[in-house]
Amino acid sequence: MLRLVIRRLLFLALVIWSASTIVFFIPRMSETNAIRERFAELARTGGFSPTDLEKIIESYTKQFGLDRPLWDQYQDYIVSIFKLDFGFSLNRYPMTVTDVIMQAIPWTLSLLLVTTIISFLIGNLLGALSAWPKAPGWVRAFATPFVLLTGVPPVIMGVLLLFFLGFRMKLLPLGGSYSIGVVPDGSWTFMLDVLKHQVLPALSLILGSVGGWVLSMRGMGITIQGEDYVNFAEHKGLGAGAIFRDYYLRNTLLPQATALALALGTVVTSAIVVEGLFGLPGIGQALNNAIRSNDFPVIYGIVLFITGAVATLMVLMEFVYPLLDPRIRNE
Amino acid sequence: MNMGQDQNPVLRVSNLEVTYYTDSGRAKALDDVSFTLNAGEKLGMVGESGSGKSTLALAMMRMIKPPGRIEGGRVEIGGVDLMSLSEEDMRQARLSKIAYIPQGAMNSLNPVTRIGAQLVDAIRSHGIKDSRAQVEERCVNALKSVDLDPAVFRMYPHELSGGMKQRVCIAIGILLQPSVIIADEPTSALDVVTQRQVMETIDRVKDQINAAVILIGHDMGLMAQFVDRVAVMYSGRLVEVSTVREMFTKPVHPYAAALISSLPNLENKGVFQGIPGLAPSLLRLPGGCSFHPRCAKVMDICKTTRPTTRMVQGNRLVTCHLYNEEA
Repeated sequence: MLRLVIRRLLFLALVIWSASTIVFFIPRMSETNAIRERFAELARTGGFSPTDLEKIIESYTKQFGLDRPLWDQYQDYIVSIFKLDFGFSLNRYPMTVTDVIMQAIPWTLSLLLVTTIISFLIGNLLGALSAWPKAPGWVRAFATPFVLLTGVPPVIMGVLLLFFLGFRMKLLPLGGSYSIGVVPDGSWTFMLDVLKHQVLPALSLILGSVGGWVLSMRGMGITIQGEDYVNFAEHKGLGAGAIFRDYYLRNTLLPQATALALALGTVVTSAIVVEGLFGLPGIGQALNNAIRSNDFPVIYGIVLFITGAVATLMVLMEFVYPLLDPRIRNE
Repeated sequence: MNMGQDQNPVLRVSNLEVTYYTDSGRAKALDDVSFTLNAGEKLGMVGESGSGKSTLALAMMRMIKPPGRIEGGRVEIGGVDLMSLSEEDMRQARLSKIAYIPQGAMNSLNPVTRIGAQLVDAIRSHGIKDSRAQVEERCVNALKSVDLDPAVFRMYPHELSGGMKQRVCIAIGILLQPSVIIADEPTSALDVVTQRQVMETIDRVKDQINAAVILIGHDMGLMAQFVDRVAVMYSGRLVEVSTVREMFTKPVHPYAAALISSLPNLENKGVFQGIPGLAPSLLRLPGGCSFHPRCAKVMDICKTTRPTTRMVQGNRLVTCHLYNEEA
């Protein structure tokens, strides 16, 4: 068991190292200079002459150590991974990369974690029931629309929801994280306001992803209900509820648990799009802004954060899975 | 129908009929099946694949699934007709009155829960409110009675061999001391040594609880060693029910006779005798007696009139026109 843990942790380190190396070099190929971007913006609003601008850029480049050879910078970068400190954001100086991530992460986590888990629960329950011969007929009728919506990307879904529920019917706010003028004080009214702003982004993520779970679960369910042990459970005189829960659902959920871990890894991709559409200040937005201005310390920080989170989740999954399925217990 | 045996048989199946409604037509999988069984008696059920043996087992458990339907008949255990029970009462009757030992013991246990849990839930689902320790003791005793170590209680199915899994299924079958046990080819996936041990186990636990056993299978050798009476099925009908000795020495139904003579024996080493033709499709059964196209003793009446089951030579059941006048 200890050997397995060590092996997995080494693998985790390898994944993070290779991802971080690729990520280090890609932004450096870009022509966009983050410092120039920042000060060009300031220059446009007036204040200093173009000659001063070049000097300012030069001194900042020196200060951030960007004039040194790339190899030296790479070594510093590797050290900074171990220290979990990527220094200052180029574009949002004097904020540090850690500040940027910490500010954005609660928004993303609350939205994506919740929506992924909700669609996992709804989808799997609907899928399991729609493959179960004794389930009421309305379950299948209920599952079908979700399956049809599977092909619709979250952005399109978001635009449609915004148009109908937000713009036409004015039921829910059009965007942002909370209403303008509301003081973010942690009171119930504030929380309720934030929640209202989360409904449409959440719906646009959930509606499109439930169908996928329904389909994979239904396929799995059809296989499992033909298994001898499900039949024998009925021969034993067990009630339908017990057979469904302990024999059928328990076995269909095994592959779904792996799929859930994988899905949690890809949620950030949909976050970039959905957060952009709804103007939520989450990690997707932060990454998007960093890429636009080539603010590479922030890019590094966020990508490493995501890679680390997903890789850790995978390793964790490998230790949780034996609890679900005794057949793959390691010792 | 009186079988001339015990007047109070533990199991009485009468006129059981099952039809499968398929897209290509109706298939009568069980046609007017009647027999009785006494406590402690062992009946072997043989026949070609598709002759209705497993359908009979499922019908007796009332577990025929659509497109199949039980069209009629009675299955009485201790005087109670299972067919007239409510769904809930039938569920309770499974395992407590009539138990089933499955064909595919390899996969008949839930792979993700412990053996113990799979014995305990069988007991608990029958409304038994004993303490945890009592229920566990009962399960461990059942495991012991099939020669399994009590440690099996805490093991998972993948930690057991095929023979051990089959024993677990037998232990589950006898947990609630049913009066009838149906064993559907319980040894077909096992090697011959394990086969014998499993059959001996079934024999012993049957004696302990004085249950009647129906053994379904193809293996005539196994039948000869193990059962008291043999029932032969052909295209959904019971064509002959006789004691083992009678069946193997002088079978009365032409199909049973052909089946027996097709067995290899020591006198005619190397000479195999098959039954001409193929078993008919249930969707297109020949008129009259469904065996007549393959029958060596076919008469005119066989092509037009469906034979009825009658009693011959004291207590043998046969469904054949040859015995019309004997009844």
